[in-house]
Amino acid sequence: MKKEKNTIWVFFASVKLALFTLIILAIASIIGTVIQQDQSPEFYVRQFGPTTAKLFQVLDISHMYDSWWFILLLVLLSLNLIVCTLDRFPALWSMVTRDNLATTPGRLEKMGQKKTFFVESSVNEIAGAVASVMENSGWKPEKADKKEGGILFFSQKGPWTRLGLIAVHTSILVIFTGAIIGKILGYKGGLMLPETATSDHIYQRGTNKKLPLGFVIRCDRFQISYYDNGSPKEYRTNITIIEDGKEVEKTSIVVNDPLDYRGFTFYQSNFQPVDGQFITHIRNENTNSEQTFRMRAGKEIAWESEGITLGIINIMGPMKGGKYRYKIWFSDNKAEPVDFWMDGGATVKIERQDTSYFFTAKQLYSTGLQIAKDPGVWWVYSGCFMLLAGLYIVFFLSHRRIWVYIVDADNRIKILVCGSANKNKINFEKDFSTLIEQFEQSNNLHLT
Amino acid sequence: MNSSQLLTYCTFTYLLASILYIVVFLFRVHKVGIIATICTVLGFLMQTVGIGLRWVESYEMGFGHAPLTNMYESLVFFSWSIILFYLGLELKFKNRLIGAFATPFAVASMALAALGMPDEIKPLVPALQSNWLIIHVVTCFIGYAALAVACGLGVMYLLKFYIGKPASQPDNQASLIGSLPALKIIDDITYKSIVFGFLWLSAGIITGAIWANSAWGTYWSWDPKETWSLISWFVYAVALHARFVRGWGGRRIAWLAIIGFLAVIFTYFGVNYLLAGLHSYA
Ligand code: HEM
Repeated sequence: MKKEKNTIWVFFASVKLALFTLIILAIASIIGTVIQQDQSPEFYVRQFGPTTAKLFQVLDISHMYDSWWFILLLVLLSLNLIVCTLDRFPALWSMVTRDNLATTPGRLEKMGQKKTFFVESSVNEIAGAVASVMENSGWKPEKADKKEGGILFFSQKGPWTRLGLIAVHTSILVIFTGAIIGKILGYKGGLMLPETATSDHIYQRGTNKKLPLGFVIRCDRFQISYYDNGSPKEYRTNITIIEDGKEVEKTSIVVNDPLDYRGFTFYQSNFQPVDGQFITHIRNENTNSEQTFRMRAGKEIAWESEGITLGIINIMGPMKGGKYRYKIWFSDNKAEPVDFWMDGGATVKIERQDTSYFFTAKQLYSTGLQIAKDPGVWWVYSGCFMLLAGLYIVFFLSHRRIWVYIVDADNRIKILVCGSANKNKINFEKDFSTLIEQFEQSNNLHLT
Repeated sequence: MNSSQLLTYCTFTYLLASILYIVVFLFRVHKVGIIATICTVLGFLMQTVGIGLRWVESYEMGFGHAPLTNMYESLVFFSWSIILFYLGLELKFKNRLIGAFATPFAVASMALAALGMPDEIKPLVPALQSNWLIIHVVTCFIGYAALAVACGLGVMYLLKFYIGKPASQPDNQASLIGSLPALKIIDDITYKSIVFGFLWLSAGIITGAIWANSAWGTYWSWDPKETWSLISWFVYAVALHARFVRGWGGRRIAWLAIIGFLAVIFTYFGVNYLLAGLHSYA
């Protein structure tokens, strides 16, 4: 029932094409690591001269991995995979599902592993014993009577492992699908958010388009902590999520531990001191009422409910270790105003007639968040899992088959034990000799 | 005793072992073989304790992390994995001649660590503070180790193929090359090592992608190190399929084992020193 296959089909089903595509992909990928990506057109003119730069433009070398010809190579690989898989599937599937009892004694004689015994008995008498030896050795038998005058038993393990290869090859397609979904439906964005500020949108990377979040995010604090040796230990942004004017979640984001909220993922990416701006906090010791202010150097600020006015009137630094000192002016409009110097980040106690205030001032930072929305990522992860599971099956498991054929042979009974495995033949050899030993040691068979 | 001392002793033990393996190969003194194996096992034990000690030392310094976080530590782990994989092969295939082609990689890795890399234990910068770091590094280096050994086997194959073939001297057990296993057997072991390495290399790339996604929100960004790991992956994929195309067996797979490993080495070092990227290992 051989179907005439057309040449295009044959071309796309061939492993030679796979070798070709993989080699070209490897070489192309090298180019993209040697020639710097995502630079301006002038950069390439400067580095490589105008003629080469022109060629680069035609070939989209500056965004090589997104270029038409690189995508074309990936399409070629995908087609190759699809056609090759479809082409081989029927044969493969028939190996998984075929009736192995339909074989002939002639073919059994040609198996990779084979052992023959003779006993004085009758076919029907020992059939039960043979079946129980197989069963006890972990090879649950199926039986076919009257096979050219004898009885045939068959048992197999792992016929499904043949599908491992399909898992490996389709996994690549699943990963590509995920990548495409991500490209179409996903996006990346960024947001620089100063402490105390809020935002209900982010900016799309590349286009800088404003994208609404559907909720409000506020940066409460950005903190850096250091190890004793001075290297950074942690970048942390404290975040509040606000919906319909209500604070619904308070949390923090650190590198390697992003925040997932309503399909958006927020990553700690970078930070920036905001020039000339400070964040201050003041608390009344008696009443415990407190307030946070965002301040500018030289600009007065009022805490009206307490009748307080204050400002940062001078800055000194950076000193050794990158520290700053601030000069603060403070008035409660009751007694003489005071001014004093304090370290950036420190807390000072300002004593007044009827109460004291605890006051902190530090540099204002903007936290740099990266935002990603990628609905394709679960496809990619599933594909990856499929790839690994498939590779494991392909490389370490195999389809093993055992036949036992009992037949009359010149007044004696011939027992032919044979089998084969599609892979890992050495392991199968061991399996097979274990089974043979079981036959030899069986008390019900008395083999010679 | 501290971890650096122990690792230094280990380096010399490995050096001795690999010299012995080479002696076994060159002068066909098979009795020395067992001593080579003993040295290797001894070195391996020292190294295991050394790595453990380094882990403990990092806790004593107050920050504590698995010793897999910089070039020095990864080289030590690389050589540890090579030896582990090699000892497995020696046990499975009962052949010490592979040692002459495999253990030198472990020695080279240790020597490079000792001579070329700062061995200070440092606290982890925020970007590296993730459980994925350990999973990623371990999966990658198990793969790299198997692929290093596959490269050694490829060299062995080609040596036998090009030098051992003259018709005047058919596989003579007494000759240098004749004592090597038959081409078919070397090919088989090479292939199996590639298969094993490929599985772990894939796992290494995947764990890297998952980590990147949890740190930056992108599982793949064509950063040079990522790209080079993919390039080596392509090379080994070619090697896996070569068997199925007529005329692509044996010799070409041996070459691919070598080329693939060069790509791995470039992923590991070349990218850090020659290309710019995101990986902060250098
Ligand atoms: C990057 C993509 C690919 C990967 C990761 C991959 C992986 C594999 C693996 C692991 C094997 C098993 C090798 C063995 O049994 O030793 C294999 C076999 C095979 N692959 Fe691929 N492959 C890929 C692409 C392709 C393509 C594009 C084709 C198209 C023709 C193809 C055709 C085959 C064939 C025909 C076999 C042999 C199956 C057999 O055992 O009879 N592969 N592949």
